[in-house]
Amino acid sequence: MKSLAELQAIRDRAKANVALRKENPNAARVLVGMATCGIAAGARPVLNAFTEEIAKRGLQDDIVVTQTGCIGICQYEPVVEVEIPGQDKVTYVKMTPEKVVRVVNDHLVNKNVVTEYTIGAIEN
Amino acid sequence: MYRSNVLVCGGTGCTSSNSLQIAEKLKEEIAKNGLEKEVNVITTGCFGLCALGPIMVVYPEGSFYSMVKVEDIPEIVEEHLLKGRIVTRLLYQETVEKDTIKSLNKTAFYAKQKRVALRNCGVIDPEKIDDYIARDGYAALGKVLTEMTPDEVIQTILDSGLRGRGGAGFPTGLKWKFAAANDADQKYVCCNADEGDPGAFMDRSVLEGDPHSLIEAMAIAGYAIGASKGRVYVRAEYPIAVKRLQIAIDQAREYGLLGKDIFGTGFDFDMELRLGAGAFVCGEETALMTSIEGKRGEPRPRPPFPAVKGLYQKPTILNNVETYANIAQIILNGPEWFASMGTEKSKGTKVFALGGKINHTGLVEIPMGTTLREIVFEIGGGIPNGKKFKAAQTGGPSGGCIPEEHLDVPIDYDNLLAIGSMMGSGGLIVMDEDNCMVDVAKFFLEFTVDESCGKCTPCRIGTKRLLEMLDKITKGQGTMEMLDEMEELCEFIKANSLCGLGQTAPNPVLSTLRYFRNEYIAHIVDKKCPAGVCKDLLEYTIDREKCAGCGLCSRKCPVQAISVTDYTAPGKRRPALEIDAKKCIKCGACMSTCKFKAIYKA
Repeated sequence: MKSLAELQAIRDRAKANVALRKENPNAARVLVGMATCGIAAGARPVLNAFTEEIAKRGLQDDIVVTQTGCIGICQYEPVVEVEIPGQDKVTYVKMTPEKVVRVVNDHLVNKNVVTEYTIGAIEN
Repeated sequence: MYRSNVLVCGGTGCTSSNSLQIAEKLKEEIAKNGLEKEVNVITTGCFGLCALGPIMVVYPEGSFYSMVKVEDIPEIVEEHLLKGRIVTRLLYQETVEKDTIKSLNKTAFYAKQKRVALRNCGVIDPEKIDDYIARDGYAALGKVLTEMTPDEVIQTILDSGLRGRGGAGFPTGLKWKFAAANDADQKYVCCNADEGDPGAFMDRSVLEGDPHSLIEAMAIAGYAIGASKGRVYVRAEYPIAVKRLQIAIDQAREYGLLGKDIFGTGFDFDMELRLGAGAFVCGEETALMTSIEGKRGEPRPRPPFPAVKGLYQKPTILNNVETYANIAQIILNGPEWFASMGTEKSKGTKVFALGGKINHTGLVEIPMGTTLREIVFEIGGGIPNGKKFKAAQTGGPSGGCIPEEHLDVPIDYDNLLAIGSMMGSGGLIVMDEDNCMVDVAKFFLEFTVDESCGKCTPCRIGTKRLLEMLDKITKGQGTMEMLDEMEELCEFIKANSLCGLGQTAPNPVLSTLRYFRNEYIAHIVDKKCPAGVCKDLLEYTIDREKCAGCGLCSRKCPVQAISVTDYTAPGKRRPALEIDAKKCIKCGACMSTCKFKAIYKA
């Protein structure tokens, strides 16, 4: 190794994977419904889209993506809940990988809820 | 990009209970469920809670699965990793609170710990240098080589107050300063990884869980004292540690973090392993270096100290693994940060290996100054089976026993010396009311008699004579005069032995004589062992009123010492049995087999 910049480059590259290995109580949480109903409706590509989008933006330290079980609204699957500490929980329904990009950008990064994807918008 | 990391402990403890098969099965099940691009399985170093092994932690949830079995894996993968339903039944039950799951860091075992030397153990994959770099690895080496002079490095270590973690607690910075001051064409940086104290395994855990922290620290030490060569003296009995350290050295070479012109600064440093054959005396610095040179591992008189004439007669520093594991953190966080932890004269944290009669057997790292009571009863989870605490043994064969009255002494180097024990490398063996203190002293002395290299007379013959006296006492042949003779002999051995082995060998005897003299007297005067351990002073008897005459004990007895009497107790159908004390070998087989609790030992 001939310079500190080389070390820095390796660190930046490797950091993403190691960042997962600690508990961060202040992190925002993205919970993807992964019960049978969710998986059947296509929750897996949604989950992967979240992981990739967050990695692409280097937000692994601040956002945790995890799965959860069925929350009882199977007709609206894939269901995704977004919890940002200090704010109300937001439930997105009938999610797709395309919608994920906007939720990450608008909601998780810029703190603007994407109202038209939420359960409230669908029920009306 | 993975969404989940599954960490499986690959330390020696968990490996011995099949953790590597668990990791294999995990990978297999994950592939079966098509999750291999989403879930990463990492084999890490020791988590510390060895009593609950094999251990497995799933992030980002932080779910702590304990005593995992290979059969549990399909369920964990399908429920937790695929569907997101944590298998609460298999979690470490202390983390489960009604319907919620507590963070691992809030459990009694981890809450009071402060992990500095063990910061990467159980977090990174020790066989991947990138994992170490991601946790700021080699940043301290970079900082030292590009921003600091060797003198500044030494001053930083001096200011931090770091003292040697291997036993005697000599200030590390001072050692470096002496070696730096001596000019020579070649100097050496050595690491003592010959962890010989029975019951201590923190160095092994660092080597197994975070080997790069040692490599980085040795390179920093090399820069500080002007050495270009390093040697690690590690026990051959630590095969996993040896393998991972060698992998780490190879990776560091490949990245150019060992070798020529590191970071383009012109600094050269490389290192090699030397395997020790497990002689306890080779933990002594001069014996260790003699052994590295390929000669018989025997100590030599000091001075000259290794800083002047060490390995191959060149100026050398020798530090222990745990000491090195602190170095990079001190450089990165500053000496003030390190000195803010601990007591006035003992800074930082210390790793203890908890063993013996304690619920949470394992490794804990705590700030200096924590009391023994906190370690044993809070972090360690207390004594199993509701037994009473009798003593804690620290410092291995060189240390002593700490009785209940000193449970609240803040633990640091100087306080332990003041109460007749020593820090040693941090083995901490807990003893309860069933341990005989004379027997404990005999156990440790047997070890030092075996391990004495035989070069100097006080150690070779003195410890042998001491053991003979102890042996007589445990057989009921002791006299009260013997106690004074033993004390006198102990002082003589301490004062006249050549190296640390002999100088500290009498400590277990002296400390038990100091705090548990009553037990010695019971052996000598009453011919009784109060804890019921010393076989020659025991007698097994059958209570004929309770004996149902079933004959189970006589069938178990290996020497046919149990026979039928002509007495039948009221309410029993068959005659009672009795033990012939002359034939009895006191194995205890009869007592553990009796269903009527009719057999006693006293």
